[in-house]
Amino acid sequence: MNKNKEKLLAKRYSSEKRFQFLGKSAIFMALLFLAIFIFKIFSTGYTAFQKTWLIVPVNFDAETMYLDANPSKEDLEDADYFEISLQSMFNLDKNANEKQQNELKKMVSYFFEREIKQELINDPSLLGKTKDVYITASDDLDQVFKGNYPRDLPENQRRVTDYQLKIFDQLVEQGKVESKFNLSFFTYPDSREAELAGIASSFMGSIFSILVCLAIAFPVAVLAAIYLEEFAPKNRFTDFIEVNINNLAAVPSIVFGLLGLGILLAVFQLPRSTPLVGGITLSLMTLPTIIIACRASLKAVPPSIREAALAMGASRMQTTMHHTVPLSMPGTLSGTIIGLAQALGETAPLILIGMVAFVNTIPGSPMDPAASLPVQIYIWAESAERGFVEKVSACIMVLLGFLIVMNLFAQIIRHKFEKKWS
Amino acid sequence: MRKNGVNMIKISAKNVDVFYGKKQALFNINLDIEENQVTALIGPSGCGKSTFLRCLNRMNDVIDICKVQGEIVINDFNINDKGCDVVRLREKIGMVFQKPNPFPKTLYENISYGPTIHGMAQSKQEMDEIVETSLKKAALWEEVKDRLHEPGTGLSGGQQQRLCIARAISVQPEVILMDEPCSALDPIATAQIEELIDELKKEHTIIIVTHSMAQAARVSQRTGFFHLGELIEHGSTDKIFKNPDNIKTQDYITGRFG
Repeated sequence: MNKNKEKLLAKRYSSEKRFQFLGKSAIFMALLFLAIFIFKIFSTGYTAFQKTWLIVPVNFDAETMYLDANPSKEDLEDADYFEISLQSMFNLDKNANEKQQNELKKMVSYFFEREIKQELINDPSLLGKTKDVYITASDDLDQVFKGNYPRDLPENQRRVTDYQLKIFDQLVEQGKVESKFNLSFFTYPDSREAELAGIASSFMGSIFSILVCLAIAFPVAVLAAIYLEEFAPKNRFTDFIEVNINNLAAVPSIVFGLLGLGILLAVFQLPRSTPLVGGITLSLMTLPTIIIACRASLKAVPPSIREAALAMGASRMQTTMHHTVPLSMPGTLSGTIIGLAQALGETAPLILIGMVAFVNTIPGSPMDPAASLPVQIYIWAESAERGFVEKVSACIMVLLGFLIVMNLFAQIIRHKFEKKWS
Repeated sequence: MRKNGVNMIKISAKNVDVFYGKKQALFNINLDIEENQVTALIGPSGCGKSTFLRCLNRMNDVIDICKVQGEIVINDFNINDKGCDVVRLREKIGMVFQKPNPFPKTLYENISYGPTIHGMAQSKQEMDEIVETSLKKAALWEEVKDRLHEPGTGLSGGQQQRLCIARAISVQPEVILMDEPCSALDPIATAQIEELIDELKKEHTIIIVTHSMAQAARVSQRTGFFHLGELIEHGSTDKIFKNPDNIKTQDYITGRFG
């Protein structure tokens, strides 16, 4: 009898140990996958925050630019910079033949003319003098400098020629190549050239989409949830609505994209590729999430509070607005932010409503065409150029950062409001 | 208010039946409640005494499946009439619940809520006065006057219950319903509340549901005994406790069941 009891006890202890071990290994596995994922993203992506510049002496020769000695500001704006820009690149190798000159020109981004122009506009006294100017290197040389380029491939299999590499190595030796923080990644819109591509257009697109989504989904969802939870009679019809809201939350997002395409674009003729349409489409997706979160937190308000208010002679409306809704707000708000974070990471519906278009302007309002961060990742991941590989990872980092900030915000809201009254 | 030595009838329930869905919870209740008296409703759990109490301010409306039949006349007005406005009814008839349920707001806001929604104070000063007199009447003023703007949920259980009483009397109701107001409190807090009830009956009519027969004997002048949804016996507390007519009442009072 006693022995049996001991055996049973030992069995219970060992099963508890086994369970704890399994739980711990599950957590370990999850953390391991997360670590691998983050390591991969960071190790590929961190170089995108650096940009390679060639330091090229430029001769700001007034005559070549068709300028007189004392040009006005407009003259400087209108001057011809192409010739001096080209000349400064050619000067890197004075003995270059025509083919090689063309290769020299391709060592920098096609923005080089603009960068040289900006230099003179910032400091007009440079006119007639020669100065070292920082010029964005081409994306391939950028990768060469970062050590990501397979230099040992035969020449006909790479885009950088032996001649370009030779000149580039000379420049590196002279200390004329520098790596600096890549500000343009955050301030430039998308571009076909990897060295000039930035996330400004997609970042703004995401912000506008989220704002439109919030402005539509939040009031509609909260009103729907309050009505259903506090006022609607409990009958078959409201049960039916509840089931359908839950179903709506489980609908694949691409279906909402088709809805946006078929209704918003085709029927209502809203402008294509805009955060307005994207935000409306995303709000359809976020709506059930917020309704469910809001109803859950309304349910969690103790009935004794409602009774107290009703017994004081408050009407149902007053009971709801003065007591129940304020108490449910922390839960509702954190549910809303989680819903928005989901919407922020959504790609499929936005592709269908045309936010996958190549947009090289920064949108100023929700009515301007834009991409969004996840779609930008998708666009870049499809691009063949080696320079986009690190950009994909960098964009993922920005998106993850955005999501972390939002979730943190949700936590803070919940924490702050809950503390206040407990 | 006595007229010819007889207490005025404040509330008169006539043939009240209550149903939860198909189940009948109260059977043909006839009970008169006298003004400025404490009426205790006693009986074993599930006998319908709380249900009856909640009929008096129509709190049963909150429960979808609950149906109340019969007449409940207060001030010559049947509150079960379709024309009865529950908001005004509940302004006249306050309620204190079993578990202290202050709003998760400051003490001040807890008291001022009722007067605010009923538009009873014209100025901040008037409101301050209402808050002060309500707390004084509830014997809570001395303990909390320095922390009126702290959360009401931070008080002890007994203080919270007195806060709820202060909240109920802030709108100067004619009747106060108390649903086992001391069941969640310790003996000291209970004694304080009982003392308070005695004080409050000067201005209000009080109906208290209680499990404790000792409490009913201590605080009430009238007692009604409920059993299985029926009002078995009612009358003066003295008579019910010392010399009940009904054998069931006798058994309950002496502790043979319940």
